[in-house]
Amino acid sequence: MSLADPDMAPVPRNIPDRLGTPAAKILKSWEALLLLVAVAVFILNSFASPYFLDAWSLSDATFNFTEKAMIAFAMALLIISGEIDLSVASIIALASTAMGLVMEAGGGTGLIVAAGLATGLLCGAFNGVLVTRLGLPSIVVTIGTMSLFRGLSYIVLGDGAFRGYPAGLAWFGQGYVFWVITVEMVIFVLLALAFGVLLHKTNFGRQVYAIGNNPTAALFSGIRVARVKMILFLMTGLMSGLAAVCLTSRLGSTRPSIASGMELEVVTMVVLGGVSILGGSGSIPGVVIAAVLMGLVTFGLGLLNVPGIVMSIFIGCMLIGVIAVPRLAAKLRRA
Amino acid sequence: MSILKHRETLLVAVIAALLALIASRFPGFVAPQNLVSVFTDTAPLMILALGQMAVILTRCIDLSVAANLALTGMVVALLNTVAPGLPVAVTILLAIGLGALMGAVNGLLVWKLEIPSIVVTLGTMTIFRGIIFLISDGQWVNAHEMSASFTGFPRLTLLGLPLLAWIAIAAIAAMALNMSRTTLGRSIFAAGSNPHAAAYTGIDVGRTQCAAFVISGALAGLTGYLWIARYAVAYVDIAGGFELDVVAACVIGGVSIAGGVGTVAGAVLGALFLGVIKNALPVVDVSPFWQLAISGAAILIAVAFNARAGRAKGRVILKSAEHAA
Repeated sequence: MSLADPDMAPVPRNIPDRLGTPAAKILKSWEALLLLVAVAVFILNSFASPYFLDAWSLSDATFNFTEKAMIAFAMALLIISGEIDLSVASIIALASTAMGLVMEAGGGTGLIVAAGLATGLLCGAFNGVLVTRLGLPSIVVTIGTMSLFRGLSYIVLGDGAFRGYPAGLAWFGQGYVFWVITVEMVIFVLLALAFGVLLHKTNFGRQVYAIGNNPTAALFSGIRVARVKMILFLMTGLMSGLAAVCLTSRLGSTRPSIASGMELEVVTMVVLGGVSILGGSGSIPGVVIAAVLMGLVTFGLGLLNVPGIVMSIFIGCMLIGVIAVPRLAAKLRRA
Repeated sequence: MSILKHRETLLVAVIAALLALIASRFPGFVAPQNLVSVFTDTAPLMILALGQMAVILTRCIDLSVAANLALTGMVVALLNTVAPGLPVAVTILLAIGLGALMGAVNGLLVWKLEIPSIVVTLGTMTIFRGIIFLISDGQWVNAHEMSASFTGFPRLTLLGLPLLAWIAIAAIAAMALNMSRTTLGRSIFAAGSNPHAAAYTGIDVGRTQCAAFVISGALAGLTGYLWIARYAVAYVDIAGGFELDVVAACVIGGVSIAGGVGTVAGAVLGALFLGVIKNALPVVDVSPFWQLAISGAAILIAVAFNARAGRAKGRVILKSAEHAA
């Protein structure tokens, strides 16, 4: 994750004489493969359990990925720029604790939500300042803040919990916009569109790619590297705050252990979506499909009564597998 | 400023000041007997930090150490319930072997497939934890199911120190010898300082990284047995999140996450610093819930120090560029 690594080996590149047709390019893309796997899992699931193909149970299944995906979109941009944030789950804990404190102080739904979002933004700013102003490696900074943020939550709550959130708050995590379409699902779709446009259609998005590919070159071509990274950390913090609002609303309570281990699932989602962990490449559609795929796998295994911890084996294997298999294949082809 | 350049001296001073501060209110804390128990309590962290240091020196990171520890611990605990008569020496060798095997899985993925270590070990961390659940069926192995020799071993005392402390001292000595006097130790430094230069001098960087992971895994396996035997209980979530303490100990000890910089003494002192804080909190009547936040803050302060000490001394041509990057 270090910037401007002088030891980066120049990678020999094969530039083809002629580009493939756009259709062929899409068919051969990582996203197409993911989509194929997702469809396969969907079909397998519908055979494996008679309860799967039901509008309401599918609607429930979306909760498996909507909150994580909100963070994953921002995390994707952050990882493409060559940084990482491992503190996102701890930001959720701290933001949720702040929401609880505001509730205890008698704040209404609006204030509670504002507290969650503001805490997320503040945590993101803290990470961002340490990384961009002091020039510290983001992986260590966020391992540190991962302990710090959750630690603050433990200091406030100890082994207790906040309960009794106002009914108005339940709308975010338990509400339906129309029929089986949940509020979280709508937020997910809107954010997917927003981040897709931001990364693929704006100047800012191109700058993110440029920084991830070569921060020094990006700097010398006039990109304000530190500012872009700061914005990305702020975004990741804000999205974690939003996820905290949704999760707290859905669970109806706050414990300091809330969302523990979620950073792993978010990073897995991003990497599974085809974002290079070394930065510089990846796409939002990939992350969207990866989110749905992970939700389907989790839900399908849940229907088969596979315990959560065993599911984490699948997630761990998926994380390593998606990177290992293409590299293994390339190795075998060369040999 | 010169004292700041020696992280070890600084840490010794900080730990001494911390002890003096606590002693001024609670003299009992610095009684030899209590200091021995603090040292013994910190032994697992020190042993793990030694392995983590080797891995970080080669520009990698091992987040799977705590899961490795828990899985090895569960395996030897289950083995003990089936075969209580197994000599402790065999158990320890098995634990080290199993740990090394798991380290080798990490190492091979990093070496042969060149997957970033953070991805590999985040993955194996959850996989190892999941396997514990599968082999134990989610059940606990409790004290009464373990044999007396199994749980008693780390507590046996020799010259006033428990064996657990002696094992930590032996591990520190072995690691110090390895890092300074063997080809492997020197190539670990070389591979981390400048992988390209290392490759030109005939060091296989990937293989060295793999070796570091095996060392880290073996030490985690050893700690797995010691941990389970000491607390006389084994379950899925044992030592959950402990990998962060281990990384924290290294960072506090001045091991640079960018690789190539770090000492055995630094890692050990970093672990001791955290150990003293952890043991002092209940004495000075601060809720143990503060510990997580304190170690987080300690990591951040330490890494800021590291960056200051390690800043390149080359001539700065483009000052603003240097600042922004």
